[in-house]
This record gives sequence, C-alpha cells and structure tokens, in this order.
Amino acid sequence: MRRRPIAGYAVVLLGLIGIGGTYAALTAHGSPASAAAPAANPQQIAQGRTLFVQNCSSCHGLMAQGTATGPSLIGVGGAAVYFQVSTGRMPAKELEAEMARKPPVFNEQQTRAIAAYIQALGGGPPIPSAAQVSTAGADPGLGQELFTENCSQCHNFVGAGGALTQGKYAPALTASTPTQIYTAMQTGPEAMPVFNDGTITPSQKRDIIAYITQTRTEPNPGGFSLGRIGPVTEGLVGWIGGLGAIILAAMWITAKRRAHR
Amino acid sequence: MGEHDQDVSRPDGEPERSRAPYRVIGTPAPAEERTLLGTATADAPPPPAPRELPAEPADLAAAKRAERIIAALFILSALAGIGFIAAYVGLEVQTNLVAVLRSNLALGISMSVAFLALAAGGVLWVRTVMPDVELTEERKPLRSPEDARQQFAETFRESTEASGFVKRPLLRRTLILASLPLLAAPVVLLRDLGPLPGTKLRHTVWRKGLRLTIAGSNAPIRPADFDSPGGMITVIPEGYANDDDAIAKAAVIIIKFEPGQLAYPTNLNWTVDNIVAYSKICTHVGCPVALYEQTTHHILCPCHQSTFDAPRGAQVLFGPATRPLPQLPMGTDSEGYLVALSDFKVPVGPAFWERG
Repeated sequence: MRRRPIAGYAVVLLGLIGIGGTYAALTAHGSPASAAAPAANPQQIAQGRTLFVQNCSSCHGLMAQGTATGPSLIGVGGAAVYFQVSTGRMPAKELEAEMARKPPVFNEQQTRAIAAYIQALGGGPPIPSAAQVSTAGADPGLGQELFTENCSQCHNFVGAGGALTQGKYAPALTASTPTQIYTAMQTGPEAMPVFNDGTITPSQKRDIIAYITQTRTEPNPGGFSLGRIGPVTEGLVGWIGGLGAIILAAMWITAKRRAHR
Repeated sequence: MGEHDQDVSRPDGEPERSRAPYRVIGTPAPAEERTLLGTATADAPPPPAPRELPAEPADLAAAKRAERIIAALFILSALAGIGFIAAYVGLEVQTNLVAVLRSNLALGISMSVAFLALAAGGVLWVRTVMPDVELTEERKPLRSPEDARQQFAETFRESTEASGFVKRPLLRRTLILASLPLLAAPVVLLRDLGPLPGTKLRHTVWRKGLRLTIAGSNAPIRPADFDSPGGMITVIPEGYANDDDAIAKAAVIIIKFEPGQLAYPTNLNWTVDNIVAYSKICTHVGCPVALYEQTTHHILCPCHQSTFDAPRGAQVLFGPATRPLPQLPMGTDSEGYLVALSDFKVPVGPAFWERG
C-alpha cells in the first residue's frame, strides 16, 4: 500500500491543532467589572425587597426564610449577597455541584439594594467599604504566606483554581474584584471555608487581596502562562508539542525519498 | 535439519548475505532494486554486485538547488551561533527579572535556530545530494586466528611461571590479604550515610501547653476568635515559624463546626467549643492535606484524592490513604488560648518501616 508522505504530517498537525483549539476554548473567560459603594437607606431596602421577591423568593422564600431548594438568608449578611449576585452565581440557573461564575444579572446598584434588604433582616457581615478592600499600603509578602497556607491548596498558588470532589471545584481568581475576594473570605461561599476576622484580620485580608492582584501582573518566565496551573499544562505541552515535534522530525529524517526513476 | 536451516546457510558454507528486514513504521519499505548487493533467496543466490557508488546524484539540477538551500541553512546556523555568543556577552542579566527573561529568550532562540538549522541542513544533504544506495557489510569473525590464540596461551603460561605467582605461595597469599581491607573499606564508609531515624518519625514538637498559632501571622488563637462554623485555618506550634523541619511534621489544620456535628470516632475531649485539630500531613505520602469543603465536611488531599471525613475523626472515605488524619489533643491555657495537651498520640504522616 502506498500513501502520500504528506498524509502523515497532516494527521499529526491536525491532532496538534485540535488539542490547541480545545484548550484555548476551555480556558477562555470574560471579566465583569465592579463599582463603588453607595450607602443604605429605606428606599434602597424597599427596592432590594422588590427585587428579592421577584427574583430570589422562589427558592429562598418570600421572607428569605429558606425552602427545600434554597437555604435561609436571614443572618447571612450583605457580604454573602454581594458575592453571590455580583459574580453572577445567583440567581442560579439550575442546581449544580458548583455554581459557575457568569455575567451578573443585576447591576452594582441593584446588587447593593438586595444586599441592603438581606442585611436589614439582621446580622451577618456587611459589604466592606472601598477603603476596607483597598490594597494601598498592603503587604503582599504576608499575603502570599497566608494565601499559600490557607488558600493555595484549592485555588492554586497564583489563584488559577483547581478541582474538588464530585464535580465541585475551586474557581480561578483571575477575574475576581477585591470586594468579591474579601466577601468570599468573610462568608465562605459554597464549599469554601469561612476565614473570619478573628483568624485572618481585615488588614491581612487586604494583604491577601494585594498578593492575588499582584500575581496577575507578574511576567511568565517561560513566555506563556499555560493557564498557570503548573505541571498539568506544562506536561501536556511537553508531551504533545515537544514529543510531536520530535516525531515529525523523525518522520522527515526517515521518510521515503522521492525515487529517481 | 529442517527447511529453515537450509535458508540460513548455503551449500558452500557461506552465510546468507542479506534478508529483508521487518518494516518499521516511518521508515521506507525494503526495496530490492535499491540494494546493490541484492536479496538472497534459498534456491537462487544472487551474485555479489560490485561495490560502486555513483559519482554524481541522479538529478544534477535538483542537487544543485538543494546544495544552495543546505549552504543557506549552514550559514543561518553559523549566524545563530554567533548570535548566541553575542546575546550571552551583550545582554545584561543583573538588573531585574525582565532582563533575565529577555536574555533567556535570546539565548534559547539563537541556540535552537543554530542546532535546528545545522540538523536540517544535514538531513537535506543526506536526502538530496548523497547517493541513495544501501550497502551491506558482513561482520568479521570475533574469534582470533588459531595461531594467535596459541601464542597468547603460551605467553600467559610462561609469565605465570616466571613471576613466581604459583611457586611462591607467601607472596600470593599476602597480596590477596592486602586487597581485602580495601574491598571492605567502602562498606564501612557506607555507615556514615547517617544514623537511623530512631523514634524521630513517631514524634513532633507538639507538647503540653504549646500554643497553636496561625501560620503566616503567628498569632495565638482564642476559641472566640475562631467562631464561624465552616471556618478552617492552618496552624503551627508557637515559636517554630522558622523551623521548617519541625513544621514539616507538626503542621495542623483546625476546623470549627456547628454544635452537635462532631461525632465518634472524633475524641471530643480533645476538642474545644466544636473546634477540632487534625494533622495537615496526609497519611498516604505526606502531602499537605487542607482542601476542606465546608458543605460536605470532606478534607481532600490534592495529590492522590484521599478524602477524610472531618467531623468523624478524619476517617478515610476515599482514596489511597489507609489511616485517619491524627487528631491533636487540644485544650486552652489559663489565658484562654488554644494549646496542645500533648504530642500526637499516633505518628503523623505516611506509614513507614516498622511503624507497626
């Protein structure tokens, strides 16, 4: 049987392109924005209650008391609402192992209104102010130590995220705003543990935020970040790219030469 | 003698000259017309062909074109090699990380181009200019000629007698004696690879009254500070923040539960206000195990997915770990801070020889 010599190269190249394309598609993500914090007032709470009844009460109950499908929100505080709604995790499309980050349904003002309503029901950490999440003067060095000890096992050393059990995962922190990171530590959304102010002080939370945001701007020594998830993609590129190139070279060296006849 | 034996040697005693090799994927098929020496068959051995290589390639014009490309590749390789030296000498690496990255990039690219162009030129040379013939050369017999073998045996016997190695047993035996201590010496040197670990693997630096401090900030903890159910934090023994050897065994995670969640076989006497302390070292191969999911109360090890049931004594739910995470006996001191009541009651970390 005779094959065109070009066919072998084409198959290997197509495979490499397919893998690269799949990887690029899987790692693509958007980046929502955030804004400043207005103060709470009765009108805002009333607006929040209206939005809550319209959009959240089917699962969380008309009085936020919780139902069979959604937990009670009394006492969770505005910080939890801000995290869940501003990252688009709530309102949830469906009950999954892990609520994925998606474009938020409500704008900043509406999010804060719902948070103000839940806050007014009593208790729980409020949304931190802009000064509380500012990284000005924070210590990214201490932030790195705390992040390495308590966050990196799930979120990866530079916040690229990672897998947990049974479909759950720790999300990447690449798109998280400082307020979102702060409220996540305060409230422990989903499987994440709570890091309250008694153990990780507000100042140390700012240090951690400073570390996370600073790592985003660090250069990649290899030229490509490869998702910054460490040996998994590096190994994949090494095996597919490096080994693929070696196989192509071997095929070229030993390929049947066009006969002079 | 079967049929196959007849294939191997021809009647005149000369071994078969050439047999078609197996096809290896990616290599050209064995083609009879491309072998100068031909292919032997059992019944009709071909006459040995003259060993002549064509003086000129078959396609002179193509060879001329290829020659220019090969020369260009070699020149490119030379330039890239010069570029490598220039980049090594010229690019500053002392100033900052970006300069190091730039230097690495320049060195890597120039060296890659130099080697790749050299290799590509070589392959093209072989494929286009050199004659496309395969020659077979029989191996020479390894056995020396009979007269040389006899001469060697004679020389060996003569010198053995002349040296007195056989006739003077005192010399022979003392020579062997002298070599024995030198052979034994390396065995003795191996002992210096270090003492046996003794009981070190069974103990950590935790002891009665030693405070638990938050890793990173080194702050002691009161139960009231750590009051959010679902909370988890990594702690280390007070005063050992810079002792990596100690922390490698003594790292601990503490987890806060709702009242009533902690259950057998957790030792409730070793908990304070529904706070429990477990070793952070996985009992499989010793990875830091701290992926605590507050919804399922599972502690997951990132290395091999061992899963531990935090409210029930950190028993193994899944994965290759064979033992629960050891629980640290914990209480409070007179100032209300969390302290260890003793060292771990079982060895932390992976199983080891003679752990029992």
